[in-house]
Amino acid sequence: MHRYVLKRIILLIPVLLGVSMLVYCILDLAPGDAADILAPDDATLEEKEALREELGLNRPVLVRYFEYMWKLLHGDLGESYLSPVSVWSAFTQKAPNTLKLGLASVIFAVGTSLPLGIYAARHRGSWKDAISMILAILGLSMPNFWLGLLLMLLFALRLGWLPSGGADMGLRSLILPTITIGTGMMATLTRTTRSSMLDVIRQDYLRTARAKGVTEEVVIKKHALKNALIPIITIIGTMLGGILGGATLTESVFSWPGVGRLIIDSLNGRDTPVVTGCIIMTTMFFSVVLLAVDLIYAFVDPRIKAQYASKSKKGGEKKDGEKAATA
Amino acid sequence: MMSNEEVLKVENLTVYYELEEETVKAVNDISFSLHKGETIGLVGETGAGKTTTALALLRLVPDPPGVIKSGKITVCGNDMLEVPVQKLEEIRGKDIAMIFQDPMTSLNPVFTVAEQIAESIEIHEKVTKHEAYEKALEMLEMVGIPRERGGEYPHQFSGGMKQRVVIAIALACQPQLLIADEPTTALDVTIQAQVLDLIKNLKDKQGTSVIMITHDLGIVAETCDKVAVMYAGRIVETGNLDDVFNYTLHPYTEGLFNSLPNINDRKAELKPIHGLMPDPTNLPAGCAFEPRCEYACEACKTQQPELVSFTDTHKAACLRYAEPGFHVARGKKHE
Repeated sequence: MHRYVLKRIILLIPVLLGVSMLVYCILDLAPGDAADILAPDDATLEEKEALREELGLNRPVLVRYFEYMWKLLHGDLGESYLSPVSVWSAFTQKAPNTLKLGLASVIFAVGTSLPLGIYAARHRGSWKDAISMILAILGLSMPNFWLGLLLMLLFALRLGWLPSGGADMGLRSLILPTITIGTGMMATLTRTTRSSMLDVIRQDYLRTARAKGVTEEVVIKKHALKNALIPIITIIGTMLGGILGGATLTESVFSWPGVGRLIIDSLNGRDTPVVTGCIIMTTMFFSVVLLAVDLIYAFVDPRIKAQYASKSKKGGEKKDGEKAATA
Repeated sequence: MMSNEEVLKVENLTVYYELEEETVKAVNDISFSLHKGETIGLVGETGAGKTTTALALLRLVPDPPGVIKSGKITVCGNDMLEVPVQKLEEIRGKDIAMIFQDPMTSLNPVFTVAEQIAESIEIHEKVTKHEAYEKALEMLEMVGIPRERGGEYPHQFSGGMKQRVVIAIALACQPQLLIADEPTTALDVTIQAQVLDLIKNLKDKQGTSVIMITHDLGIVAETCDKVAVMYAGRIVETGNLDDVFNYTLHPYTEGLFNSLPNINDRKAELKPIHGLMPDPTNLPAGCAFEPRCEYACEACKTQQPELVSFTDTHKAACLRYAEPGFHVARGKKHE
């Protein structure tokens, strides 16, 4: 198990390298750079060149990239081109807001989709199933920003119950963006829950449980759900992993001061260090959450646990073999 | 006196699977009863309706598409088709328990075997979680699995051991009535004998009544007091062991015996019953066995035979017995 975790963490290195390089190079390919944005409108070409020189933008992209990575290796995410703050402090200032919004959305999605998916599976083929699935497809096919705007129109503009944007009204300002992001998640998760439960619901071991006198509720919630949980956890994990970077559109619609908006603003300003830094952090977060999900599998399904154990045992034997060979 | 107590009474049970395009007539108007401590063998080919009958006794026929069309099932005085669900859950596992056919799929892969046995005890007996678990470990030992293995999961067990766990679950609360649905089919021969011994011992010790569902006449001879032979969802012959084995009446029962190897004449060719069981969605108007029966006459094609008593215990459903002097080649005649 420990070996498995270690292996996964080591695998993170090439992933981060690849992601950072891609982002860095793509940003460089985009027309314009930070100097164009920073320089006043009437600046001459020479003045802009001087600014590039000052920012170090005149050197080749690979050199700049490796310089950046070297600093990163020492724990320094670099400085923003546009503002006097470090990338790290810009990120940490926005991240809590995004995490809050993301977690709220996932909790909303899980809370609604598990009951709905189970309900649909238990009534497969009936009108109850059909209505649940229509709800899910509706949620899936509505674009986030559009749903966000509609909600805003109704609850903020028409009814005036909730603020239309910002994060300064505590829980109340969290509600609309949460529903906006959560609806899409809910739709996916409902479909996964339903199909996963359908796989399990006709299994012989549920009949065994019923024959023992287990009540129908316990049969579904304990015996069936625990077996159906793996695909559901996978989806929840992907959602959790994506919350740091995934809410960009919704954050823009609701002027939510989060990482998504920071990335958008920095992109517009060609602020390469901030964009790359944020994406590296997001990637790391995603990978760690996925690793955590893989480890949770082992607790849900003993067969997967056995697999992890046998894998690391095999690795151990190999090492012993190598030792013997060198001796 | 005790031994006359009726544990199970099935009257005119009919179960259909109603699919969109067709209706599978799985069980058609069967009746039988079982007293305390008795074992009845339910014999027949695959698809004869044995398992459906068993599931109906627990009211566990998968619905949809399964529908219990008519009949009455009384288990320990409870009308199984009328009791409310809550009472039904009390009866299941406590008064009536079932050993399922396929041990590979009958255990929940994400719970330990002891947890699965303990669950039944926890539901039906007033014990703490810990006591239930302790008792579950005792049950494991009783079926010949060391108690230390109680914390393991089904995938760590062999097929035979899984089957014993399934048996331990069924026996955990000392049911009055045990249904064993082909308990040995999935096992190899060496384990088969052990499992049968196990069931037999429990029966002797606790006075459990058993319904032994099998297609193996050898198992019937070894374990049963009574036999009911099923064909296409009907009971075609029923009687005590001696009746059916030595005074065989129905041509189908005879066919079953003929298709067994004969220990006295090892070179003799096996004599299978030709043809196949009729399509249960489209049963013939007359006797369902008529197309395969070597004794069939014209009347068999159109007339449904009723179960007729030949002695106090022995019944068979065959029209040919209307003719005086008719009997199948194997059967001795009742004096």
